[in-house]
Amino acid sequence: MEWYWVGEYAPKLLAGTWLTIQLLVMAIFFGMLLAIPLGLVQVTGPRILSLPAKAFCTAFRGTPLLIQLWLLYYGLGSIFPYIDGIRTSFFWPYLRDAFPYAVVAFTLSVAAYEGEIMRGAFKNVPKGELEAGIASGMSRFQLLRRIWLPRALQNVLPTLAGEMVLTLKATPLAATITVYEIFGVGTIIRQETYRIYEPLLLIAGVYICLTGVIVLLFHWLEVRVPKASG
Amino acid sequence: MDAFLAFLNILKFSDMGWGDNLFYGLLATLQIAFGAYFLGTAIGFSGALGKINGGPVTRFLLGTYTTLVRAVPELVLILLLYYAGSALLNELLMSLGYKPIDISGLVAGIVVLGVVQGAYSTEVIRGALQAIPRGQLEAGRAFGMSRFTLFRRITIPAMIPLALPGMSNLWLIVTKDTALLAVVGFQELTLTTRVAAGTTRYYLEFFLIAAAIYLTVTLISNLGFKWLERRSTRGMTSLGH
Repeated sequence: MEWYWVGEYAPKLLAGTWLTIQLLVMAIFFGMLLAIPLGLVQVTGPRILSLPAKAFCTAFRGTPLLIQLWLLYYGLGSIFPYIDGIRTSFFWPYLRDAFPYAVVAFTLSVAAYEGEIMRGAFKNVPKGELEAGIASGMSRFQLLRRIWLPRALQNVLPTLAGEMVLTLKATPLAATITVYEIFGVGTIIRQETYRIYEPLLLIAGVYICLTGVIVLLFHWLEVRVPKASG
Repeated sequence: MDAFLAFLNILKFSDMGWGDNLFYGLLATLQIAFGAYFLGTAIGFSGALGKINGGPVTRFLLGTYTTLVRAVPELVLILLLYYAGSALLNELLMSLGYKPIDISGLVAGIVVLGVVQGAYSTEVIRGALQAIPRGQLEAGRAFGMSRFTLFRRITIPAMIPLALPGMSNLWLIVTKDTALLAVVGFQELTLTTRVAAGTTRYYLEFFLIAAAIYLTVTLISNLGFKWLERRSTRGMTSLGH
């Protein structure tokens, strides 16, 4: 075991860890934003909305994330340059970069898995509470904002830590489309130093630390949010 | 239309087409998935029994195994086990006086994914074993069943319906995790697709086809597990919930 390279690559390792965190937080944030309507329309929406939502969740949960990522990056990425005027448009710098593709792919994946969980969460809110809201004259939107959504999110909170750890564990896939997050940095180090195990072990350590932080953070959050009485 | 026909030509099952390559890729994927699933279930079963009945050392080691594997990304584990595992095995063989061997990608893939699966199924099976109502085991003991008979006649049948939802989930995960082996260069469905897409430049089309194949495997598996769940929970619809 030789660790002489750690100092030399420390800035890159830190930058990689930061990129991993950015990717993770953006995917979870945007994924949850999408998951809420996805779950809601499956419980209460008309068929024209609930069927596509269900199809989306099934398709994205039923295919490997790596395929989705490559489909977006290589598939769509190979089509974009042929669209007229896109090279001069405002979007081109983003479409040329790999990071946005990774964010979109991870976001859609989180949305599909969390959408399914949100569906259960919305469904499991006790009927009596919703009826109480209607009885006190709340509009449908008020009911959603004041009772249904907060209660559903409360139900989901314990599963969110697990989902976040799973997403963290999927982020190394981004390295396959040239997003140099921590795993990608590790690959560079392995290629440049010819050390096989040490960079991998160091990176494994980083992921274990990040997992620990997520678990502690949610533990802290769960203590603060009032418990669902079921 | 012509473009579509040209693309269909590329999918032919021949030297010129990629249909047969995709088919063999799917076979390799399914082989690894089956192998890893069974290895993982075997590890999970032993792990669960060890966690429940083992001494403090066994429990500590198993706890470390399941915690580490569940906190480190599969891709990192695959690389670590792939390189470290084959290096260790060859060192062991050399020290015993044998020649080093070249480990086939198939075996390595199965072992690596099996070890990862094992950590998850240990928890699933442990949960199922511990959820068996105590009274059933006590009733068996009261009938004078030996430990083995008790295990075979009561523990296993009572455990299966409890473990099935988790185990079906793990099967769906392992079929998708096989795609990770593409990153270490194993020719399963995902890597075959990537090669086909890169060679023919039909990126979007080939990745959509691969996604459709994976989705089909998932949907068929779902049907299978639904049937199994119905079978194994016969006569206990209202109990235990």
